Amino acid sequence: MSTNLVGPAAVKANARADTEVNFGFWIYLMSDVIIFAMLFVAYLNLSGRTAGGPTPQELFELPLVFAETMALLLSSLTFGLAMIAMHAGHRQRVLAWLGVTFVLGTSFISMELYEFTHLIGEGAGPQRSAFLSSFFALVGTHGLHVTAGLIWIAVMTGQIASKGLTGPVASRMARLSLFWHFLDLIWIAVFSTVYLAGVTQ
Amino acid sequence: MLGKLTLDAIPFHSPIVMFANILMVGTGLLIAGLITYHGKWRYLYEEWFKTVDHKKIGIMYIIFALIFLVRGFVDAMMVRTQQATAGPGADGYLPAEHFAELFTGHGTMMIFFMAMPFLVGLMNIVIPTQIGARDVSFPFLNSLSFWLTAVAGALVMVSLMVGQFSTGGWTGYPPYTELPYNPSTGVDYWIWALQLSGIATTLTGVNFLVTIMKKRAPGMTLMRMPMFVWTSLCTNILMVLSFPVLTVVLALLALDRTVGTHFFTGAMGGDQMMYINMFWMWGHPEVYILVLPAFGVFSEITATYCNKRLFGYTSMVWATMAIAFLSFTVWAHHFFTMGQDSTRNAAFGIATMVIAIPTGVKIYDWMWTMFRGRIEFKLPMLYLLGFLITFTMGGMSGVLLAIPGADFKFHNSLYLVAHFHNVLIPGTMFGLLAGFYYWFPKSFGFTLDEKWGRRAFWGWLVGFYVAFVPLYMLGMMGMPRRMFTYDNPAWQPWLIVAFIGALIVLFGIFSMFMQIYVSIRDREKNRDITGDPWGGRTLEWSTSSPPPEYNFAVIPTVRDRDSFMDMKIQGDAYTRPGEYDDIHMPKSTAAGFVIAMISFVFGFAFIWHIWWLVGASLLAIITAVILRASSDDYDYWIPADEVERIENNRHDQLQASGVFEHIKTLEDFGDERPPLTSTGAPVSAS
Repeated sequence: MSTNLVGPAAVKANARADTEVNFGFWIYLMSDVIIFAMLFVAYLNLSGRTAGGPTPQELFELPLVFAETMALLLSSLTFGLAMIAMHAGHRQRVLAWLGVTFVLGTSFISMELYEFTHLIGEGAGPQRSAFLSSFFALVGTHGLHVTAGLIWIAVMTGQIASKGLTGPVASRMARLSLFWHFLDLIWIAVFSTVYLAGVTQ
Repeated sequence: MLGKLTLDAIPFHSPIVMFANILMVGTGLLIAGLITYHGKWRYLYEEWFKTVDHKKIGIMYIIFALIFLVRGFVDAMMVRTQQATAGPGADGYLPAEHFAELFTGHGTMMIFFMAMPFLVGLMNIVIPTQIGARDVSFPFLNSLSFWLTAVAGALVMVSLMVGQFSTGGWTGYPPYTELPYNPSTGVDYWIWALQLSGIATTLTGVNFLVTIMKKRAPGMTLMRMPMFVWTSLCTNILMVLSFPVLTVVLALLALDRTVGTHFFTGAMGGDQMMYINMFWMWGHPEVYILVLPAFGVFSEITATYCNKRLFGYTSMVWATMAIAFLSFTVWAHHFFTMGQDSTRNAAFGIATMVIAIPTGVKIYDWMWTMFRGRIEFKLPMLYLLGFLITFTMGGMSGVLLAIPGADFKFHNSLYLVAHFHNVLIPGTMFGLLAGFYYWFPKSFGFTLDEKWGRRAFWGWLVGFYVAFVPLYMLGMMGMPRRMFTYDNPAWQPWLIVAFIGALIVLFGIFSMFMQIYVSIRDREKNRDITGDPWGGRTLEWSTSSPPPEYNFAVIPTVRDRDSFMDMKIQGDAYTRPGEYDDIHMPKSTAAGFVIAMISFVFGFAFIWHIWWLVGASLLAIITAVILRASSDDYDYWIPADEVERIENNRHDQLQASGVFEHIKTLEDFGDERPPLTSTGAPVSAS
């Protein structure tokens, strides 16, 4: 964009071009849904195939998963607050909320990494059985997405700090917001089909 | 330091492969030498490698596809030669391992690096100009898609020189492709070549889906879109929905091979059939990704060369949508023999047969378009006729295969090989070749040679029948596919006939390249100044050939389905606009090229387990993506004066060429029904 307007005016000025890019991003998200759909199918197909190894009931600890879920859901809320601050044109507040979101996302990833290393240490790594292969693939792919989202948040923080809330920056924030909420949605499906269903089997 | 890579990876032991390598490296060095000699590197880099112009990207896609057509065909010739000579008591000239690489390479290259780039190339050249747009929605993404496809092809080429290619067939079924049975890097080359080109295809799908939905000229409602745009739209929907499935299935196989997981191993609970199910959940829609754009090409050329509106446009649209939907409901017909119950087989068998109905609708639409049309028998019409007859036969053999009971007999036999070549060669290949001839003048400003084109057509058509009818026979005689030697003497005569068929196709391909050579040589004689050599009906023919960078100086307003024909009849096809505006265009960038080159390094390092390089290249890719995504410098303006200069030049040229005397007006249409407006009333000749 050639326009370098600041604040709400910029958001409006780029609305037309945005619809095209946002629509494209939605389509990309749909292709990502297919990726997760296939991983869910793999998990549902293989979750009973434990090959004499540990079963979901033996492995999953709901308190940890509850903490992970809370961290990620809260991060969606704080990202929403960042978007509200952006539409109001409060640069400092956007940066602050992005910071909180980043911390929450990082704590989610740290807990997930802790869970993974813990499982591997117990001899329940991805090589142990088809069930564990599919578990690590599904949850790990979500984790990779969250990591990508964290990098994106860091990049946007840098852009807002250096460029301000210009049109292009606001437009990118809109798509990051879509991405971040999308990861929340996927996590709710992971939480229900993997962990909840796993411990109640 | 270099992972599994040692000097042993270079296949010194195989004289045939070394000869091919010397030929390939030699050709590469020769071309590089010529470019250096003419001092064209900077030009190539600035004007082509960095370009985000859909027209140039389309041309690069098609050049790439033609290179792989040759490579894939060489593999096919070698397969045919082997099977013709390796009869009872003879081993042929190829070791079994090499033969397996050949049929794997042939299938992989023809689908991923010939047919796909060819059709994406046509979409690039045609779609933005057919919908009255100045470029695609995401020009940078377009360039990235192309270069990712290109480096994926390069990985296949490299596998010939360093290591080997997969021996697992183009479908790569486990457990054979798992590490214990296949410890060499062949399968990894196959995985990463497909992975990179698959991601490129998903991005292309997103790009063109958005382009078609959002960038149409004012007045072009969905039901006024040219048929090629419609079939491409459905193809793009299929790409976005099915290619991620391939991404997942390849990633899981790669995990099995590198991390030691158990998705498809068969041990520790792994499920091989899950691979086959997932592979065909992508693989069957892929069949329609390949054939739908060709259906679109045939629709365009039928209307143009019959000088008539396409018959049954609405039914054609619905048939296309129906095929796109049904393509997701039939995947299990690829493995009726897998052992699922007969009810499930029956359901998939019926769904498969149902696809023949919308396809039949299309065949009738093309025939009724020809009926009472004023047919000009240009080369594409020959391809159309060859397609109609041959494709119908192939479709019928497919209906036979869709009967689960019969499939138990034909599964994995040469009958199957004959069937899918019988649909893909007339369906996809003829369509692509017809489209190549039809739109070539749009890209280069001169028409292709008709004589060599006809020779190519007859080579393809006759060669196809001679090469593949014997395979039907062999399939019914019980010969399985992919045999490098056999001991049944009754098979050999048929295989020799098939080999002769392949030679005839070779003549066809040779004629095709002769056609290109002769046309470039005589380009001044075949120059087309009008931009509309065929009496076209759709918007791409309203601009000059090749179109200016911005395609349309003023975005056209569409009033009718065949919008350019409508403009010609109404008399405002070539009016000079009073004034011009500045035009907003995307800027060239090296980002796509650079990211793809690093992706090549990433793929190569992964194949050979050079982990430090995997990490370094991944980091480099992420950095490059961030830099590109943070840049606000991606567009520029072409000033109105410049546009005016280019356009005046064109209008003066048009005036001088006398083209205006040949434009059709309403009176010229005689007994042909004049085009209808959207309400169905005839247009007035005002």
